[in-house]
Amino acid sequence: MRTYRSYLPDIMADLSDRQKYGARRFMRNLWQARWLLAVAVAALFCVQFFAGMPFMVLPAAIVALLLAAGISGDATGDGEQSRAAAEAGELQSLSAENLAAAVTDPLIVFDDNASIIHANAAAIAAFGDLRAGMSLQLKFRAPEMQVLIDAALAGGGSPSADFIDKLPVERVYRVTASAVGHGSRLHVLLFKDQSEARRIDRMRADFIANASHEMRTPLASIAGFIETLRGPARNDPAAREQFLHIMQNQTGRMARLIDDMLSLSRLEMKPYLKPGARVDVKQVVESVVDSLGPLAKENNLVIERDFADGPMEVPGDRDELYQVFENLLENACKYGQDGDRVVVSIARTDKAPQPGIEVTVRDFGPGIPEEHIPRVTERFYRIDSETAQSRKGTGLGLAIVKHILTRHHGRLSIQSELGKGSAFTVYLPAN
Amino acid sequence: MQSLHIVSAYDEELKYLSKRIAAMGGHAERMVEQSVLALVNADPDLARKVVEDDAILDQGQREVDDKAILLIGKRQPMATDLREVIGVIRISADLERVGDLAKNVAKRVASVGDNSMQPASLYRGLEALADLALTQLKEVLDVYASRSVETIGFVRDRDDQIDAMYTSLFRELLTYMMEDPRNITPCTHLLFCAKNIERIGDHATNIAETIYFIVTGEQMPVERPKGDKTDRIVIPAR
Repeated sequence: MRTYRSYLPDIMADLSDRQKYGARRFMRNLWQARWLLAVAVAALFCVQFFAGMPFMVLPAAIVALLLAAGISGDATGDGEQSRAAAEAGELQSLSAENLAAAVTDPLIVFDDNASIIHANAAAIAAFGDLRAGMSLQLKFRAPEMQVLIDAALAGGGSPSADFIDKLPVERVYRVTASAVGHGSRLHVLLFKDQSEARRIDRMRADFIANASHEMRTPLASIAGFIETLRGPARNDPAAREQFLHIMQNQTGRMARLIDDMLSLSRLEMKPYLKPGARVDVKQVVESVVDSLGPLAKENNLVIERDFADGPMEVPGDRDELYQVFENLLENACKYGQDGDRVVVSIARTDKAPQPGIEVTVRDFGPGIPEEHIPRVTERFYRIDSETAQSRKGTGLGLAIVKHILTRHHGRLSIQSELGKGSAFTVYLPAN
Repeated sequence: MQSLHIVSAYDEELKYLSKRIAAMGGHAERMVEQSVLALVNADPDLARKVVEDDAILDQGQREVDDKAILLIGKRQPMATDLREVIGVIRISADLERVGDLAKNVAKRVASVGDNSMQPASLYRGLEALADLALTQLKEVLDVYASRSVETIGFVRDRDDQIDAMYTSLFRELLTYMMEDPRNITPCTHLLFCAKNIERIGDHATNIAETIYFIVTGEQMPVERPKGDKTDRIVIPAR
């Protein structure tokens, strides 16, 4: 039970708070009425001077005046009004730049010379360099964009167009141009991303084309073995065992193929990265090396690390970069079997166009013939289909790597010499 | 205020020229893109459209030439302005050539015929080659817009990649021709298509050099290694 005494400090505190608040309010009211008060005090002095009021009345009148002014402010109930005024002021003082930054779609403000005034972060992420003063027509050269910009500058209405940007990753936008306010020289170009719908269509078409083509081989082989098992090999346990083993390998291959096709499709679904996230490349590579240890051991390989000192951060998506290094290291382990080691190195580089991080996965296997090097990142490209099959390749690993690197503004370069091995170098810009 | 008017008209004229170049660039990019799409999907209608669109680029080049010559005669440009005008003339010629090459690819679509005769990998290779050439063209034209020539080093990298890819395709096509004489007709056409696309990359490199000249007033430091090794490819007959 709390006694009255124990409540006392709380009440005192409450009281003193109220007093403080009251005093503050009193002062504020006085301040608000300062000009009126000054006039009133001056008037009192005049009255005393000319009319000869009794001496003591003057101070008393001034005090009464001050008190009245200090308290009467309460009655006007300024709360609502002043908040509304403050909000209007906030909207007025809201900078267009902040407003543009809050829009998640790419947005570009341009003047009636078609020079860019401002591009928000989403626009820069989508279209790269869009510095102020740059000509919009020089940057967006597609015929439909030229028509749209001309129409916007000619004025009247809010023309719109479908804009397809094919490279580096295909994107489809519904673009609308509209004038800002009345009689201002500014216009706004707003890009609504429509890629998803189109990409789903493409994905379906691609998936059917790839699946029907790539699945047919293992499927035909399984069907053949089933037929044999039901017919001639019905009573041959040794053959049955062997056939079932082959069939298992083929179904495994189909499963891997589906996994890879799905992950490639998923990547294509979201063409650019979430901005802002940073990844420590060294940490990612380290965990990839750890997870692939067993595979390396299986193939009698030692994975050697050659990492430069210090943290190595790049903007990017951790899971995607993990997949890049996983695919590269897995390839090195699979195709570098003739060597006895695989070397993974990380280094900083100042090479053009901007400083970044280079990760190299080097194997000492048979190497890649020169004429195949530029082609190995294509989907389902196989140098030697039999080796690839026996080593559980789907023909999509490097295509996935390339796709992810494109999103990261990175690059994959491949050096290889027959009989000496190959080096796959990933370059990722640091900013 | 008369003089201000004249200067601003002069500016307008220069600006008009670069705007025309951008529009031509947009058309050229679109034509290359569509010609390869027509080839890969064996789409004769799209091919016909590309062939017709070439007239736009021809018209564009003539107009840019006329306007540029008029501007030189009327304004007698100096220094940067002169380089700008000369550059515009050169770039428009390169873009017009790019259009011709794309048109040539489109024209061959009918002769290549049914694309299920050749392996899919061949078409993926052609697409990859076209993507490289188009990226080259796009990045170069982006530099024309941004004038940031310090980033133009990528042009050489890409050029090497295009050459390596072309060499690889060349070899693959020869192999198919040797496998089956019936492949000779379509593969020869595809060989020319690949060559055309590779040339588009070269024109993009030319444009990059011109832009470098416009902005800096110096020639782009040359000495680029030649990655096209098709002159030495021999596949022995079996």
